[in-house]
Amino acid sequence: MLARRIIPCLDVRDGKVVKGVKFRNHEIIGDIVPLAEKYAEMGADELVFYDITASSDSRVVDKAWVSRIAEQIDIPFCVAGGIKTVEDARIILEMGADKISINSPALANPQLITELNERFGQQCVVVGIDSYYNKEHNQYEVYQFTGDEKRTQKTSWTTFDWIKKVQEMGAGEIVLNCMNQDGVRQGYDIEQLKLAREVCNVPLIASGGAGAIEHFTDVFKLADVDGALAASVFHKAVIAMDELKQTLINEKVEIRPC
Amino acid sequence: MNVVIIDTSCANLSSLKFGVERLGYKVAVTDNAEQIKNADKVFLPGVGAAGAAMRIIKEKGIPEIVQGLQQPVLGICLGMQLMTEHSAEGNVDCLGLIPGNVRPIKADGLRLPHMGWNTLTEIKDSPLFEGISQQDYFYFVHSLCVAPSEYTLATCDYGQTFSASIHHKNFYGVQFHPERSGKSGARVIQNFLEMKA
Repeated sequence: MLARRIIPCLDVRDGKVVKGVKFRNHEIIGDIVPLAEKYAEMGADELVFYDITASSDSRVVDKAWVSRIAEQIDIPFCVAGGIKTVEDARIILEMGADKISINSPALANPQLITELNERFGQQCVVVGIDSYYNKEHNQYEVYQFTGDEKRTQKTSWTTFDWIKKVQEMGAGEIVLNCMNQDGVRQGYDIEQLKLAREVCNVPLIASGGAGAIEHFTDVFKLADVDGALAASVFHKAVIAMDELKQTLINEKVEIRPC
Repeated sequence: MNVVIIDTSCANLSSLKFGVERLGYKVAVTDNAEQIKNADKVFLPGVGAAGAAMRIIKEKGIPEIVQGLQQPVLGICLGMQLMTEHSAEGNVDCLGLIPGNVRPIKADGLRLPHMGWNTLTEIKDSPLFEGISQQDYFYFVHSLCVAPSEYTLATCDYGQTFSASIHHKNFYGVQFHPERSGKSGARVIQNFLEMKA
């Protein structure tokens, strides 16, 4: 049976892995390649590298680290950040990334999703969505340029309309970052993910809020997501991968053992 | 040993190259006919859409080269699909190396693409799958598949049963990505490289 995926996420800034709380106040965690190797060996099913400065700085970032990762690890990985064109994507994929993830550039130009799909295939095209629950309006809203708090801005999209739109345009997978939960380790936003699942027919990855093993059990069992992404619980060794996976297996969640 | 990855101008060339190199083998990525013909083992990688991929490899004259090969050839993912006779993706004739056709997965309501780690349901006795069991997971990413047939070496289930691996004469194909399937994938690559011609 197809296994649910555990996906450590490494935020990259200036060639180092960093971690912020609610997308802010980043601290350096370590070098990219040794961390990637460590997670692959621990039993991670996939890795995501977010170049968090790239989109908001509107600069071309040195991505030489992509091929260094591809050389070392034998599990799939996805690169996000600053990919604005088919050519940007081609370079990253040629360096050995399995997928590319676009977020702000997709909002600026939804046609980019279709172009990437046609050139590289649907399976390569991940769309990241930064979603914020607006209590006042009681709705989920899509944000862009979340890598830089000065430039972070609300878009005109509501989250579920955008999820439908990106699928129409040819996205192969959606990563839903629930911003209210990000970095606070209080659990995934199950309610929002359940609603997203209803309108999402491609693989859906939960992101934001993992703090304990039961949060993973909940998100797989209650929100039926295909993968769960987390950062700080792995970086800070709050959760051990083998214990997480064994617990999920005991809970009858389909998981690839470590 | 002389190992060649055919340069199909697709995106996953370097990850496959690194996967072979991690096992201690030297490998050349090339579309040069002589170099491919002289190799002991040949990989045919592929990612993307069948129609576009067939167009690109035809421009390079690769079909004729591959069709003439006598040594073991391993097609990976789209590379495996291109080894069959026809793909519904772009309604395109493929290389005709292994009987069969490529059709959309009937996922029976499950999400597509079939993306992630899955196990093999039936595994035939073959040098390619030596040391591999139904407990081993492999990384799959695809929306189309080849139905099981007498040419199937291993099956996988996702809504329907499909060929995770096919084989005819010196041509082998795997639907999953062994270069991204951890230790079990590395074992399959090693099995292929150690296989007697």
